[in-house]
Amino acid sequence: MPNKTFFWFFLPTGLAMILFIGLPIISTGIQSFYAQHDQVVKEVKKCDPFGCTVSIVVDNEETTKIRDAKPLGKFNGFGTYTDRNHLAVDEIKKFWNETKSFGAFVDQVTNLPFYKALIFTLTYCLFVTPNVLLLGFIIALSLNAVARKIRGPLIFGTILPMIVTPLVGSLVLFWMIDSQGIIGANIQNLMNDPYLSLKSSKTLTWITIIIYGIWHHSPFAFVVFYAALQTVPQEPIEAAIIDGASRFQRIKHIVLPHIYPVVTFVALISLMDNFRVFEPIIGFSAEGSAQSLSWLIYDNLVNEEVILFGSAAATSMMTIIGIAILLAPVLIRTWKEFKTAR
Amino acid sequence: MDYGLDTKSARLKTFNTIFIIVWLLIACFPFIWTFWGSFKVRADFFSRSDWWYAISAFNTLIETGGKFTVNAYTEAWTEGEFWKASKNTIIVTVFVVSISLFLGTLGAYALSRSTEKYAFWILMAALIFRAMPHITLVSGYLFPFFELQIWGILPTTIVVLVAINQPFTLWLLYSFFKTVPKELDESALIDGCSYFQAFRHIIMPVMWPGVITAGLFSLMLAYNDFTVTALLLNQENHTMVPKIQSYLGTNQHEGNLMWAVSAVVSATAPLFMLVMFFQRQVISGLTAGAVKG
Repeated sequence: MPNKTFFWFFLPTGLAMILFIGLPIISTGIQSFYAQHDQVVKEVKKCDPFGCTVSIVVDNEETTKIRDAKPLGKFNGFGTYTDRNHLAVDEIKKFWNETKSFGAFVDQVTNLPFYKALIFTLTYCLFVTPNVLLLGFIIALSLNAVARKIRGPLIFGTILPMIVTPLVGSLVLFWMIDSQGIIGANIQNLMNDPYLSLKSSKTLTWITIIIYGIWHHSPFAFVVFYAALQTVPQEPIEAAIIDGASRFQRIKHIVLPHIYPVVTFVALISLMDNFRVFEPIIGFSAEGSAQSLSWLIYDNLVNEEVILFGSAAATSMMTIIGIAILLAPVLIRTWKEFKTAR
Repeated sequence: MDYGLDTKSARLKTFNTIFIIVWLLIACFPFIWTFWGSFKVRADFFSRSDWWYAISAFNTLIETGGKFTVNAYTEAWTEGEFWKASKNTIIVTVFVVSISLFLGTLGAYALSRSTEKYAFWILMAALIFRAMPHITLVSGYLFPFFELQIWGILPTTIVVLVAINQPFTLWLLYSFFKTVPKELDESALIDGCSYFQAFRHIIMPVMWPGVITAGLFSLMLAYNDFTVTALLLNQENHTMVPKIQSYLGTNQHEGNLMWAVSAVVSATAPLFMLVMFFQRQVISGLTAGAVKG
């Protein structure tokens, strides 16, 4: 296709992506160097028959004036990145000098909001992704073994958790495991502990969200693996059976190597999706004990008094860097393949 | 896998059946339970005293005189203004799907027919864009949208959702266009068609399965979106998913939690029916990217 034709065909979609994905990233980058204005305060002298008092109040008029003149806020450089709510450089230095053992230091650091969220996000990715691959593969193998006639409805039932939005999916589960729901109430009875509930324990909350993640993402892995299983050639498997290979050996040495590219694809996609975990935290109302990077940004953006654009933007930039680190191996590999292919 | 040579022991078969039944229960029961519970009153579905009330409908019987009640639905749809939210969802979904498909087919066709290096880099860039968490993009939008005073209205959200959706649509349609033989449009070009005419009259007619799949995924994205719609729309224009969340936030009102339950069922039912109808397309879409590598 000539370059000129390509240009006109690609223009609309390219423009949409540049304007609404490319520019926002730049806009986020710029915003992250600014912070909201401080409120202007003035001294008000109040005199009554008993004497005069000087009080400090917020000068709303002045504050609005400054905000209107410079809506982006004041320039803050890397200040937002290093403050307590983000990388917390000063706090970490302080903890390093003050704490006695390394354990205590780690404890202190993981209580800082950004690191807390980072650790939750990484834990979530680390536990959900491999389990999704495993469960998805097992379901695919298992469904592949049932009669063709009844597979349709079974596949439909399997993909339900995936097609609902994460907020709805987590709500539906939450209403069951809540202390007043069917599962929660029964667990309370079983354990004989009327105070046992999801919200009472941080570990329980984390486990619940991780289980939710596996429940929500496994169907995707299943669908892809199931399709890949249909393309596995029959002859080598038959040869292996004649040679006396066990079922496990057949899967390990023939099926898995054949679908290996698909496994990396699923791993990549679910890693990308898991890194942005956010809606289940709202669905499970787990803000108290589990916060993710995306949730931190959301929290800044729905802040009631002033929207913390700078703070949200700084967290966003660091999230984007995180994504870049995750994607780097794949991109490097694709580039090498592309170079050798030419 | 059904091979003539592959004999399965009875034990393995039983084990397999049990596993599938257990998994289907885990996958489907929450939805069945929510559907069932949406016809009860709150004191039954969220019972403080006995979870069996949700089945025996103890309080529902006392409060409404019947075992099932549609109060939660009628209240959510009228008083809770869920009708407005569903109207907004329909508007957003229809526009997002049609615009996405229009832009996506043109772009993906060009990408699939280009032999230049930049086509590869554009696809890579789209992959990176696909990986961006939506909330980071939203944090980029909010400030400029406030300044331009286009925050809170439906058209802005539609355009944003279309753009966010483009990378995935491009990849999906690209892999579908690749399966259409090049000779088809080349012969049309020789016969004197322009590229656009070849695209319009030769390629599009054979592309319907791919277009339907891409349309379904755009639909699911627009219909299910929470991040963008919750932050870019004002209260008045909220679509279904943010509306459901707003019911949760106002817990002091006794009826609101049941509004959320019935709203969840109302929002999920059409989606399930759609997927039941188009199951084949959904699955081919999910695998298109994978099988092609």
